[in-house]
Amino acid sequence: MIVALLAVPFCGALLLLLVPPHRLGLRPGAAGAGAAGAERYVRAVGLLASGGALLLAVLVAATFDYGQPRRMARVVDLSWAPAIGLRFHVGVDGISLPLVVLTALLTFLCLVYGQDRHQSRALTGLVLLLEVGTLGTFVALDLMLFFLFLEAVLIPMYFMIAIWGGPGRRAAASTYVLYMMLGSGVLLVGLLLIAVHGGTLDMVVLARRHGAGLSHGVQVAAFGLAGLGFAVKAPIWPLHSWLPDALTEAPTAGSVLLAGVLLKTGTYGLVRIALPMAPAGARTWAPWLGLLAVAGICYASLACLAQRQLTRMVAYSTVGGMGFVLLGIATLTPAGTNGALFGNVAHGLIIGLLFFAAGSVRNRYGTGDLDALGGGTTAMPPRLAAMLGFAAVAGLGLPGLAGFWGELLALLGAYRPAAGLPRPAFVTFMAAGGLGAVLTTAYFLRLLAGITRGVVPVAREEVRAHEYAVWAPLVILIVAIGLWPKILLDLTDGPVRALLGGG
Amino acid sequence: MIAFAAAAIAVPFAAALTVLLPPGRVRWTGPAVHITAAAASALLTLVVAVALWRDAGVRTGTLAVAPTGTLPIGIGLYVDRLSAVVALMVGCVAAAVQTFAAARPASTTEAGGSHRSFAASVSLFTAAMLLVVYAGDLIVLYAGWEVMGLCAYVLIGRRGGDGDAGGGSRAAAVKAFLMTRAGDAGFMFGIFVLGVGARTFSVRGVLAHHYPHATALAGASLLLAGVVAKSAQFPLHTWLPEAMVAPVPAGALMTAATMVPAGVYAVARLFPVFLQAPGALAALAVVASITMLGAALAALAQDDLTQVLAYSTISQLACMAASLAAGARDAAILYLLAHGAAAALLFLGAGCVRAMAGTIRLPGLGGLRLAMPVTFWSMTAGWAAVAGVPVAAGFFGKDAIVAAVQHAAIGGAPRPAEASGAMPAWAAVLLYVTLLLTVAATAAYATRAWLMTFFGEPRGRAPGREVREAPPLMRWPVAALAVPALVLGFFGLGSAGLRPEPGPTAVLLALVAAGAGAAFVVWNRDPALDPARVLGRRPRTVLERGFSVDAVYGVAVVRPILALARLVATADDRVVAAAVGGAGRGVRRLGGLLRATEGGNPQAYVTGLLAGVAVIAVVVVVFT
Repeated sequence: MIVALLAVPFCGALLLLLVPPHRLGLRPGAAGAGAAGAERYVRAVGLLASGGALLLAVLVAATFDYGQPRRMARVVDLSWAPAIGLRFHVGVDGISLPLVVLTALLTFLCLVYGQDRHQSRALTGLVLLLEVGTLGTFVALDLMLFFLFLEAVLIPMYFMIAIWGGPGRRAAASTYVLYMMLGSGVLLVGLLLIAVHGGTLDMVVLARRHGAGLSHGVQVAAFGLAGLGFAVKAPIWPLHSWLPDALTEAPTAGSVLLAGVLLKTGTYGLVRIALPMAPAGARTWAPWLGLLAVAGICYASLACLAQRQLTRMVAYSTVGGMGFVLLGIATLTPAGTNGALFGNVAHGLIIGLLFFAAGSVRNRYGTGDLDALGGGTTAMPPRLAAMLGFAAVAGLGLPGLAGFWGELLALLGAYRPAAGLPRPAFVTFMAAGGLGAVLTTAYFLRLLAGITRGVVPVAREEVRAHEYAVWAPLVILIVAIGLWPKILLDLTDGPVRALLGGG
Repeated sequence: MIAFAAAAIAVPFAAALTVLLPPGRVRWTGPAVHITAAAASALLTLVVAVALWRDAGVRTGTLAVAPTGTLPIGIGLYVDRLSAVVALMVGCVAAAVQTFAAARPASTTEAGGSHRSFAASVSLFTAAMLLVVYAGDLIVLYAGWEVMGLCAYVLIGRRGGDGDAGGGSRAAAVKAFLMTRAGDAGFMFGIFVLGVGARTFSVRGVLAHHYPHATALAGASLLLAGVVAKSAQFPLHTWLPEAMVAPVPAGALMTAATMVPAGVYAVARLFPVFLQAPGALAALAVVASITMLGAALAALAQDDLTQVLAYSTISQLACMAASLAAGARDAAILYLLAHGAAAALLFLGAGCVRAMAGTIRLPGLGGLRLAMPVTFWSMTAGWAAVAGVPVAAGFFGKDAIVAAVQHAAIGGAPRPAEASGAMPAWAAVLLYVTLLLTVAATAAYATRAWLMTFFGEPRGRAPGREVREAPPLMRWPVAALAVPALVLGFFGLGSAGLRPEPGPTAVLLALVAAGAGAAFVVWNRDPALDPARVLGRRPRTVLERGFSVDAVYGVAVVRPILALARLVATADDRVVAAAVGGAGRGVRRLGGLLRATEGGNPQAYVTGLLAGVAVIAVVVVVFT
């Protein structure tokens, strides 16, 4: 079933990218009708492929054995390139399942949302390719396979920014690729270190060993290199500067997928690979990771306070949101790691909603500048303002909504970090994280004030049905896992304890 | 039993959710559903309270336990007598507020908004407060605690429709949310300390645990940060007076039943922990001393009736904090209940006055006694309760507080019911002196406001405007609240610790008489003038501005943070990006061969790829 999950969007992407529509009997636009037909065809293929993937992801989730979230389910293990020991080894457990569903959902919503003028064959194809790469990253159980999928994501994202982006797209795209390549380089070295010294590429086996067989030095080097690679993708302060530009310039679908899903591959990799396979290295590097995470939280919230641009503010908030995830991981505790995984999913939902809402504002007013918008809930379609408001409230971590639990658990983890970590340092991180949370509230309130003060002299355009269709599932999920965090925590708690080597 | 408590929370929460239904299409989204929900919730809290009255045992119930990796979070409730009576008060005030608000939807409706979203916010506020009160787990308590902050933000942010509340409401709302959230960060860390120390977040477990001294001190002090912010105590009090731009019913709910009392309730809830930390009690005593006297003096100088009530609330909450610092929890709770009824009554009464007389500024009022008899008599009961005039409920509460603080300060018969509040002696003496001064000042400002509203000549009103009694839906809730404000105190007589004692009672009565008498004498000299004139112009301005604490925050906190934010934003655009860009260029030069691809295009990808492969090859060779 997992193979099908990857194959469906992949086939859709191939169909769109390689087979021109006129080969299927749709004549290219001599008349308007032909162009419209081609557009409908693109839309149909995109929706079918991503909808099929979502259906399969939901099926995987529905048939998952919730009594045993630690066990890898739906495992497929085929030999691929025996010469280098590469296997096509995939499966899902409680850690990857929520992210798989999140990826499938956000991709589907992106294609439902569409782009008024950007909707094109190539863009839809790239979105589907992106989905394949991300899903593959989350289900891969072979180190090389994981790396291949992770790299496969870069190319479609690059083109999405470089071709369909805003005015500064070229610089943003090249910065993005440069960072990603450097990250991937060190990441690959780290993975190879683990693989060569561990003698296998099997992630399940390596995780179960908890670093046995790897000398302390190798572990420190491996965690340092792989961790750096993942951290760049997360991103961690001060290696974040590719993100705000990329998110600001990318088209809405690109921003949603980049912030909502792609960043999560970095933190997922930390939890899935770096933490269990090089635990001694993790203990060495954790305080530094925590320090940078907290610095990122405070730095990003301050940077947000000074932003005038709606999308740019949301973009910087991503650095802060991921900072809490990284802080949770840095504590090396089950609580912190659960919080990180919870935060991953919650942040994906919330940031998706924020970018969708910001995209709707941009489409209507042609600008995201808070000063130019001047605000005016009265002039905005009321539901749009309410949606931005809801997303902002969720983003500031209000209890009862998804964003709260990730932050809470990350801070709780920092209050009592794993044995062997310097507790005073982590308690300081906790306090700074709390301060960052207050500053986060401040800028989200500023955002709210920005969009609700004054009057916009633009005629209001009602919210359309497809926009509601995109927002509704996100809102429902944010409320659902916010009110009932047990859904996710039950899933992740078991596997996280296993990964960290506890009972 | 627990099911009733859970239903009391769930019913207003469900009512709040009806705001999500499309308007117009569904019949039952109007104010009636919120009033019904509030009344049902009040009834349910009454059932719970009666059950606890008959059998004082603690009831708990847990719906589910969520694993977290360390201490699990139990989603459950904990009901004892303390939570039962406070919840009853919350339920009753919420019902009164919903009824009042529905009577005058225009006063709660801003341009483009609707009354139903106001009513939904109030319902959510009620549910959140009841969750705090009944919470069986500290994390659950914290959840309700934070949601209240948001509700306050939403309610304060609405502009009242009566014209005299200006556009400052958004700033006031932001300030309220930020200030309380800053305190909440400390509150959350306090919960961590207590939870990790007791190895459980459950209220039962934390109350039963005996902490090492340092842990108790750290936990209690951190909790105090949240308490001080929520209960609007010095130095985090400045949000409350500004929040009075909110519609009057929102102000009544916030100061009397939710949000502000939540702080004091949290201390009462976790009182055993505070008793283990005398240092925290001393800190509470100092905060309470500064707050109650400062706020009472500030209340004396305010012109706006709602401002008087805001500072009055701050001062009265500080009295409760003083009682807790002195180790007398029951007295604090009795006063909390009495003040809840009285403050809600006074706020709603002020709403009646605003609706009928057109203004709420004291210099523009006067002589309303005959025109608005129901409001007059109700508010008389309310002011009597706040001032501590026998036999209003506030008298019994305040009497018990004075007695407790007196015993803590200068000794005397040890109270049988309470554990020894181990506050240091200097703090107790400070507390006692300021408490006595506060009692006198309170009586003075209550008398001033009462006289200026209802007695003397009608002032400053447009000629020909007839002032009438408020419509029934407005005056009934006010009159109904007068009943608990008057008789609630007698329920305290059942407890030995709350019965009046001759000594403290005499002191209290003398001071109340002195304060009220002074205000009356000054007023009586010329009823047309403001008695506050005797303060002198300069001191009065200082008091009216609330000692300008806000200005200090502006200079010391807000401006530096904003400057820092701008600095960071600029730095991020220029320095970090430039540094990394430079590093990137450096790497590309290292890659060497394809230096011509400076523009940033697909070739950059190839460049990076080659550089990466080169690095990998080198490292693999070195390591293997």
